[in-house]
Amino acid sequence: MITAHTAPPVDPTDPFGHDVLEDPLPLHAALRDAGPLVHLTEYDVYALARYREVHAALVDWQAFQSGAGVGLSNFRHEEPWRPASLLLENDPPRHDAPRRVLRAVLGPGALRRLRDAWFADARELVDRVLADGDEFDAVARLAEAFPLRVFPDAVGIPREGREQLLPLGDHNFNAFGPPNDLVRKGEPRLPELSAWVASRCRRDTLSGDGIGARIWAAADRGDITAEQAPLVVRSLLLAGVDTTVHGLSATLYALATHPDQWRRLREQPHLARAAFDEAVRWESPVQTFFRTTTTDVRVGDHVVPDGRKVLLFLGAANRDPRRWEDPDSFDLSRDPSGHVGFGMGIHQCVGQHIARLEAEALLTALAGRVRSIELAAPTVRHHNNTLRAWGSIPVRVRLG
Amino acid sequence: MHTLTSTDGPATGGAAADAATLRVTARTVVADGVVALELASPSGLRLPDWTPGAHIDLVLPDGTTRQYSLCGDRWDPHAYRIGVLREEAGRGGSAYVHDVLRVGDLVGVGGPRNRFALVPADRYLFVAGGIGITPLLPMVRQADLLGADWRLLYGGRRRASMAFVDELSRYGDRVEVVPRDEAGHPDLHRFLDTPAPGTAVYACGPAPLLDAVQAACSSWPPHALRTERFVAAEPAAPVRRAPFDVELARSGVVLTVPPHRTVLEALDDVGVEVLSSCRQGVCGTCEVTVLAGEPDHRDALLDDDERRAGGCMFVCVSRARSDRLVLDL
Repeated sequence: MITAHTAPPVDPTDPFGHDVLEDPLPLHAALRDAGPLVHLTEYDVYALARYREVHAALVDWQAFQSGAGVGLSNFRHEEPWRPASLLLENDPPRHDAPRRVLRAVLGPGALRRLRDAWFADARELVDRVLADGDEFDAVARLAEAFPLRVFPDAVGIPREGREQLLPLGDHNFNAFGPPNDLVRKGEPRLPELSAWVASRCRRDTLSGDGIGARIWAAADRGDITAEQAPLVVRSLLLAGVDTTVHGLSATLYALATHPDQWRRLREQPHLARAAFDEAVRWESPVQTFFRTTTTDVRVGDHVVPDGRKVLLFLGAANRDPRRWEDPDSFDLSRDPSGHVGFGMGIHQCVGQHIARLEAEALLTALAGRVRSIELAAPTVRHHNNTLRAWGSIPVRVRLG
Repeated sequence: MHTLTSTDGPATGGAAADAATLRVTARTVVADGVVALELASPSGLRLPDWTPGAHIDLVLPDGTTRQYSLCGDRWDPHAYRIGVLREEAGRGGSAYVHDVLRVGDLVGVGGPRNRFALVPADRYLFVAGGIGITPLLPMVRQADLLGADWRLLYGGRRRASMAFVDELSRYGDRVEVVPRDEAGHPDLHRFLDTPAPGTAVYACGPAPLLDAVQAACSSWPPHALRTERFVAAEPAAPVRRAPFDVELARSGVVLTVPPHRTVLEALDDVGVEVLSSCRQGVCGTCEVTVLAGEPDHRDALLDDDERRAGGCMFVCVSRARSDRLVLDL
């Protein structure tokens, strides 16, 4: 039977343009209000921006595949710029084994082993930053410094050179967008950085007791292949640093601009985890990911044809007033459960518990020493095609 | 045409309870003494995803819990299929499924969990004995889909007692069906003769078969062979159908969790917020430390050792075996 379908509403905006990356909220509101499905004419792709549809598409791996790439590039027709991720850019059944191994090595056991050391590391870092003065850049001194210190240690990569992870991760997340100036900016250093990270994922350069070594041990048991092991380690390193950096930045910015919420955290330090998740909902450090339809998919009154790219606006879903009460407010009394800032379904962020532990350690240390935190100068956004990122958050603190 | 439907998951209350209570939507006799059940959400929701080798806990209306491998199509998010052999010497669970359970009945379901996962390999050798075919059935389909070189040796008492032989017939001579009354015992030594690199061996069935497979694989590299033994679920310890108490250690508050509410919902009712995400026991966000009492784990995260060790639970799906749980909240 042939059924006529109406064309979805269109939007000509470039979602990867600098004005949108500076402030995506107006586009998000327009897309949500336009309807459950919108056609983005700039790239001839479809968009979902309401919570209900974004959530439904994220869990529907059967109809919304990841294996054709979760960026604009369609791997059915184009070669990926690097070997595709075995986790993010992969579908069942090939996705199963790498996911299973990564989930096991990042599970409750890993968190228990890391917890005390990370809390101690966070106290030491906070003490050192505060000893240097009461004004500092919360991005460079805390949000970048802490993950770069503890996470590569936990994975087991050497100290030397690990600051390379930031430009590499930045490019990785830019490359999910169109080949614009942000992608071109990263390309000159790419061969050098790719070679560097590949060398860090090899068994002989990883320490014997870290998460990376446990991934290789899984290859010894045959749970994944020896060819897959370095790519799984690479996924950890590329996906686990910048995202956490900007999640922590978002949390620190939110607390610096909401003094009542900072006081609340000081009074109830156990809210540290909730503060991080509320910040992930509020800012959505990972703003967007694409999926590719595996069949004709009806969304409301419209149809996305088979094989088309669909851009899921996680950030827009996380502020959809159809789902959240007063969605633009950052509020520690809110239950942020169910936000899609970590994705949902089989590709939901496998490192989210590690990220929460990093946030809990850092916020607990900070709240233990800092009576108030406020912005000391104008903030600077960092533009990235996928990440809602910060360049600089100058803050002034008072101790006590 | 596929329709994007609301998963209704974490957006609204009630979904978690639905996901743990499924309806029998089809019941088919697939061999002498074997029925296949199809299970679906009473409200049409997607079921939690699973991988070949996974099993679910089936909580029967009389409170007994049994584990059954999923043997349906993982691409169908709306139905689970299990195959249940009537075990004459069993403890009543399979007899209940065969004699009492009917289409339309509701059953409790925990999981799915997988301790028999398919690993990547160039070549697979599958050995099934009797009802041990159930976890291997989706593995075979997957190996075929991946274009791997694979073979299945399937033994049973009589052809008529061997389930899913029809479904397997489409794979032609990759499948060797060996009914004992026609052909004797399957020739494991021939089948597992030559250890080959890049080959994984999967076997499921009664203990004597698995012992024989293990012996036949003695010269294979370690980890090449993966087996799932049918072990009876731990005795006694019935899963409660009655309410239980949860004590919050930090405040001393005690609340009662009725059968139709999750622990997470009960906590929320008294204003104790625990972060959660999937509400299906798969993501791990709602982990809570258990200080005392025995959780009834219904998540898909903890392995058997972690379950025995206790110490934590996922409050979106897991419940209590004991009258009281003391949580670090």
